[in-house]
Amino acid sequence: MSVADIAFYAFAVVTVVAGLMLTISRNPVHSVLWMILSFLGAAGLMVLMGAEFVAMLVMIVYVGAVAVLFLFVVMMLDVDFAALKGEISRAMPLALLIGVVLIIQISLGIGAWVEADGALGLRDAPAPHGVDNARALGLILYDKYGFLFQIAGLILLVAMIGAILLTLRHRKDIKRQNVLQQMWRDPAKAMELKDVKPGQGL
Amino acid sequence: MTPSDFQTVLPEVVLALWAIAALMFGVYTGKDRVAVPLVWATAGLMAALALWIGLAGQGERTAFGTLFIDDAFARFAKVTILISAAAVLIMAQDYMSRTGILRFEYPVLASLAVLGMLLMVSASDLMSLYMALELQSLALYVLAALRRDSLKSTEAGLKYFILGALSSGLLLYGASLAYGFAGTTAFAGILASLQGEAAPLGLLFGLVFVIAGLAFKISAVPFHMWTPDVYEGSPTPVTAFFATAPKVAAMALIARVVFDAFGAIPGDWGQMLAGLAVASMFLGAIAAIGQKDIKRLMAYSSIAHMGYALIGLAVGTVEGVQAMLIYMVIYVTMNVGTFAFILSLERDGRPVSDIASLNMFSKKEPLKALAMLVLLFSLAGVPPMVGFFGKFYVLKAAVDADMVWLALAGAVASVIGAFYYLRIVYFMYFGADQEPADSRMAPVQWAMLVAVAVIMLAGIVNLFGLEPVAQVAAEALVR
Repeated sequence: MSVADIAFYAFAVVTVVAGLMLTISRNPVHSVLWMILSFLGAAGLMVLMGAEFVAMLVMIVYVGAVAVLFLFVVMMLDVDFAALKGEISRAMPLALLIGVVLIIQISLGIGAWVEADGALGLRDAPAPHGVDNARALGLILYDKYGFLFQIAGLILLVAMIGAILLTLRHRKDIKRQNVLQQMWRDPAKAMELKDVKPGQGL
Repeated sequence: MTPSDFQTVLPEVVLALWAIAALMFGVYTGKDRVAVPLVWATAGLMAALALWIGLAGQGERTAFGTLFIDDAFARFAKVTILISAAAVLIMAQDYMSRTGILRFEYPVLASLAVLGMLLMVSASDLMSLYMALELQSLALYVLAALRRDSLKSTEAGLKYFILGALSSGLLLYGASLAYGFAGTTAFAGILASLQGEAAPLGLLFGLVFVIAGLAFKISAVPFHMWTPDVYEGSPTPVTAFFATAPKVAAMALIARVVFDAFGAIPGDWGQMLAGLAVASMFLGAIAAIGQKDIKRLMAYSSIAHMGYALIGLAVGTVEGVQAMLIYMVIYVTMNVGTFAFILSLERDGRPVSDIASLNMFSKKEPLKALAMLVLLFSLAGVPPMVGFFGKFYVLKAAVDADMVWLALAGAVASVIGAFYYLRIVYFMYFGADQEPADSRMAPVQWAMLVAVAVIMLAGIVNLFGLEPVAQVAAEALVR
């Protein structure tokens, strides 16, 4: 077994175990931490496949930003998980039954898996020779699938408009700081100097 | 990417740029004060695009590799979507201004939703299908929650969002199985991989999940749960929007997927769609009987109508697709008229939507009641009206394809369904003697109601030449 093989199995085990713990751990904060570990494992697998750029993106974007944001949200949410569980446990037997039936059906379907002739060749997407993988990614993302990239941009625009439309409220009675107004205030008009003689009031 | 790719998607590019420009204009000028001109300009642009697409489009062109296709079928669906969206926008403007929910983002989100629909009907790859579907759905989720201070509207938005996300998950899982089998996400590639062999089990699973995900969008039974609540909770103009253009887009998308990607195995999806059709027709007809709210009633009505349109697809012939397209156009037209009427109902200046408020409506507004009578008869499929011909074409296609049982089920369900439409007519003409609701209509709204009612009667001559156009569109899809 080469070093690469050992590394592969190590990362794979970490990813799968962390994924499992993510779904079964009781504390949502722990779940998020397990999720971060599983992202790290996935990033390791990407490096082994020669996709360093994607691996770094996973680290920076998912671990660094998304997961931490997630953690904040989970910690700020005031959800009574015990009550939620009580609600769920009533529907549990039926849900379990349906789940088991589905799993059996799907594993039967996947068990009899065949693919079309030449599907593997079509699916195979080797990094083009002599091109570093940031550039190869760019060619796919901005050139071959540039159309989809633009639609993705529009979807994000809709999300942004939606978030603002549904949450922003202009309140009239709030006091806001107006820096320019503060700086342009004339001391002569804003205050009055009084010379108070000792021993006397105003 | 070449200039000719952009030429093919030019109408979509124009609409996207318009949405962005309108957003910037609204933000930097009068905010909600410019909403009314924005609504009219958006509707005008949509109508112009419909003319452009309908008149200038020729032949079949693909763009961006296999991601986008522009053919007669896509153009037919696009023209229907654009015109119905424009009609709903302008007829609801007065209502929205009155109730204070006309935000300037509304026309922007509506144009982005319509853009998603245009891309949906032109998708020829699983990836562009999904992206277009999400663009459309996300904009609609926001619109459902537009009246953000109302608990019902917020609930409608949230419910729609969560169930929509679930359906997207199903769709994606199915798409991944199809990709795993074929090795490509292009519809043409999937079709090619299926030639000359029976579909394996794994791919059938994929097909089932994809159709389940898409059936959510047209609210076919058993994926209809969200529809009544979302229709009732959303502001009425948004409900009118939901009931028209997105239904056409989703139905066209299903047709596109089953024929372009899975056209080699029509027996497999045909029986699924037939099952969905029968369940939708019967549940739609029976569950609507006990409804007290007219918006909920329209939700069940749309479920039933989707069932009839699905018959056309389930048949799997050119005639069936043609019947489906004609049915969808008629359905959308009837809904525009009906919602123009529902939008006008109010009592003491507040919008109402309970059926009881229509008691003896004919005494107060004889002309509107008459127009509504024609529309309801047409929705029910009573013979002299155009709605009957929609059902007739669909059932005839089923009979011609030796699926007599499907046609029989459709006929029985339409008899059951006629009951609740005629019940409203009964209330309007012979109901309990109580004060009916007021009906306040802007001139456009009144024109829509009366025009649609006239179309329902005048269309029986030749359906305004719809038949040959729909046939060309159907032939472009079924090869």
